[in-house]
Amino acid sequence: MTLALFLEQLLNGLQFGVMLFLMAAGLTLIFGVMGLINLAHGSLYMVGAFACAVVAAWTGSFWLGLVASLAAAAAAGAIIELAVIRRLYARDHLEQVLATFALILILSEGTRWLFGSVPLYLDIPPLLQGTVPLPGGSRYQLYRLAIIGVGVAVAVGLYLLISKTRLGMRIRAGENDREMIAALGVDVATLYTLVFALGAALAGLAGAMVGALQSVQVGMGEPVLILAFVVIVIGGIGSIRGALIGAVLVGVTDTMGRFLLPQALTLFLPPSQAALIGGAVASMLIYLLMAVVLAVRPRGLFPAQA
Amino acid sequence: MKKILAATVLGASLGLSAQAYAEPVKVGMITTLSGGGAGLGIDVRDGFMLALKNAGVSDIEVVTEDDARKPEIAVQLADKMIQSDQVDILTGIIWSNLAMAVVPSVVAQGKFYLSPNAGPSPLAGAQCHENYFNVAWQNDNLHEAMGAYATKEGFAKPFILAPNYPAGTDALTGFKRFYTGDLAGEVYTQLGQTDYAAEIAQIRASGADSIFFFLPGGMGIAFMKQYAQSDVGLPVLGPAFSFSQDILGAVGDAALGVKNSSQWNKDIDNEANKKFVETFQAEYGRLPSLYASQGYDTANLIIAAAAKADVKDADAFRAALKEADFASVRGDFKFGNNNHPIQDIYVREVVKEGDVITNKIVATAFEDHQDAYAAECGM
Amino acid sequence: MMTRETTFNISIALLLLAAPIAAHYAGEPFYVTLATRIAVLSLAAVGLNIALGLGGLVSFGHAAFFGIGGYAAGILASHAFAGSPLIFGLPGTQQMPVIWIVAVLFGGFAAFLIGLITLRTAGVYFIMITLAFAQMIFYFAISWPAYGGEDGLPIFVRNQFPGINTLNPLSYFLLCYVLLGLALLLFRLLADSRFGAALQATRQNDVRVASVGIPPYRIRLVAFTISGMFTALAGALFADLNRFVSPSMLSWHMSGELIVLIILGGVGRLFGPVVGAALYVLLEFWLGGITERWQFFLGLILLGVVLFARGGVIGLVAGRARHG
Repeated sequence: MTLALFLEQLLNGLQFGVMLFLMAAGLTLIFGVMGLINLAHGSLYMVGAFACAVVAAWTGSFWLGLVASLAAAAAAGAIIELAVIRRLYARDHLEQVLATFALILILSEGTRWLFGSVPLYLDIPPLLQGTVPLPGGSRYQLYRLAIIGVGVAVAVGLYLLISKTRLGMRIRAGENDREMIAALGVDVATLYTLVFALGAALAGLAGAMVGALQSVQVGMGEPVLILAFVVIVIGGIGSIRGALIGAVLVGVTDTMGRFLLPQALTLFLPPSQAALIGGAVASMLIYLLMAVVLAVRPRGLFPAQA
Repeated sequence: MKKILAATVLGASLGLSAQAYAEPVKVGMITTLSGGGAGLGIDVRDGFMLALKNAGVSDIEVVTEDDARKPEIAVQLADKMIQSDQVDILTGIIWSNLAMAVVPSVVAQGKFYLSPNAGPSPLAGAQCHENYFNVAWQNDNLHEAMGAYATKEGFAKPFILAPNYPAGTDALTGFKRFYTGDLAGEVYTQLGQTDYAAEIAQIRASGADSIFFFLPGGMGIAFMKQYAQSDVGLPVLGPAFSFSQDILGAVGDAALGVKNSSQWNKDIDNEANKKFVETFQAEYGRLPSLYASQGYDTANLIIAAAAKADVKDADAFRAALKEADFASVRGDFKFGNNNHPIQDIYVREVVKEGDVITNKIVATAFEDHQDAYAAECGM
Repeated sequence: MMTRETTFNISIALLLLAAPIAAHYAGEPFYVTLATRIAVLSLAAVGLNIALGLGGLVSFGHAAFFGIGGYAAGILASHAFAGSPLIFGLPGTQQMPVIWIVAVLFGGFAAFLIGLITLRTAGVYFIMITLAFAQMIFYFAISWPAYGGEDGLPIFVRNQFPGINTLNPLSYFLLCYVLLGLALLLFRLLADSRFGAALQATRQNDVRVASVGIPPYRIRLVAFTISGMFTALAGALFADLNRFVSPSMLSWHMSGELIVLIILGGVGRLFGPVVGAALYVLLEFWLGGITERWQFFLGLILLGVVLFARGGVIGLVAGRARHG
């Protein structure tokens, strides 16, 4: 193992973490402002990916697809918020879990109804194809660097939105005291719809960006959803900064675990066995990380105010 | 979706009434029609139904139900089909873990099970059963073919990877059974993993001269797309599952040139296959996948056996199935001692025909290949 | 005087008993199997209801205990079947009573260990960390080759119970029905005991309970452990019903389904899990028989229940709960 490979894997871990952050940011925003657990966040991710794939196939342009993914996910989010979610704010987490679990069933099966069971085609735009050299001699995919760029932009954008704008002020106020901002004349219902649509759009963006690297198919959101939950729980639910740090932590732990554990085990075991056992332990590693973090800090690394 | 399809379509006009039919054969099809992986189940079902339609038989009834890829649901459906619908034959299951849940108890109850896709190793070896027939392949077969091909092509350092679950370990074991040279690396990924940057970096650093992978469904699509972006550029080998017709559209040009092993392709030159490919396209408006071909063969096997023996006479019907006296779309087909196929396995290359990405046979990996577990079977 | 809820509960109990017996004599054994499934899932949900309904602990990881119970049955039976010893030279067994005890002990032990860590958290954190533990066990089961990994582990012949032919669907149903009855009885005794009162008090007001001198953490830990034991017992029965164990019993979908059963029936209600399981299993079966889009309609119905039928079906029939 060379140093260059080690650094490349670290970069891969960072990149995977940023991918998770795109997903987790919307989730944690929605929880922070409205106190809502949204299991259907993965379905919005899927909606974004499908919208992007369909529009890109139709127009031939990934960029139009990306716009469509934002629009479609935000629209789906707004509709869901108006029809279902706003009845759930006053309910306990249990009912939110069930309602959004039901939404997963509806959205997955509905998407399959519309688009069929065969995975869709979505490719990386020509502009971002290919690789760039890394210091140390290896090469890195341009598109993955672009994902890191988008992730950083989203993090900075959210930070500015929340700390510098009027909407952000209301969001912060809403996190602290819901009755108070309502009493001050802020239209809480519209604010919540906006925040939910914003969270959904972030999920849709993540779906489109990641869909170009992976496979656009029904059910693609579920594995990411669980990982995104792990991320925001480690980071502290409701905290954007926590989500970013949690995401990078999870991304690096998972990638380095997959990479290093089997290699470390070859010191004691034959290669096949080492690969098998190393892989098995690596797949449990992030859940272990989460358990350790919560055992030490029950409200995550950066708890948002209660 | 209880679709009782009495396949009466052409029955009357063909004048089949001359032959005295016994009671209709009742087939229960448990397959995956919803959720992830539904495409495979739909292809098996469509191929199966097409064979009934093409043959114009009126004495085979099919009850189809969706297992949603959950073993508990598959078990419940099998109980229902046996106890309530009184089916004679079960078929349709796509996944090995569902087959392992359903098959042993179905055959123990004296029913027939014909597998159109899954072929887990226990059912081919120690747990083989006279009422269980596999019309597709034993799980290791296509991987073994790729191992033999890698040896023949003179690859000296393949890097091999598969997900960490039984079918994945079987895949790599199967490959290594026929490729005994050095490996550049061996990696087990997480089941359902969709980001392969770390593995691709390892491949690049490993000094491999080729890659063999088994990553079914979305995992394979993700791997191929990411691999194509990475500039690694080594030759890629794999079983047909990641390069079947239902998936190629989603992988796109990234799959071009990949060698993959399959017991069937649409360009196998025989009458049955020509008719299958033509009528499938006419009926469903898409090219058939290997799963559809397996469903089609399964139905034709049942039709052929039902013409020879009454399904209620289990011994006679079993003997008729074992003869495998039907025109398989893959050409020669017969059953070994463990009721698993003895068949040719081909190497295909992914090519572009016009705008359509599809496969073309470029070599034969095995002739009359039998699985490695047949000797462990007491039959 | 019986309340409406009690009358309703008794009718449900009788119906769940009468329907499979009628089906058995009408020569429709499949409906007996379906009823057994309802009874077993009810039992699993009764277990979860101790943590969730009484203690307000929303565990999104009860599939872990369900699966552990299932694997206890599968592993013991497979060793007995193959004649190979377990660890330390202990033999496997096909005797249900032994299997049940092992399942309950392991389920309880796992719940105790998981509870030790998870109960330090609350609210959403608790939901997610229980999920994380279940996922850990799920991935372990998938990649652990000794007992089948993702392919699962078949039980070739259903395990035995002294004096009863468990292969007969009706006998096996009655066995499960009796266990469910006992579990409901225990749930009732627990809920009405001093411990139960303290547990329900922790749900409503943590600080008050602590100030009376009972540590809420310890109460919750005991409740969570008992809850895991019930669910593990159900897991062992489920494995024998399907004659099969697989990691899908450990998946987060299973945890979600158990929660769904309770909400559907009514949280914290004695018969909530039973009504929920009956509805869910029948809906799944009935919708699955009509359309291949059944999950879509199942989702719509579940959504309707949360939005418009607060307190679940029992809430609709019998009015608001005693302790809403």
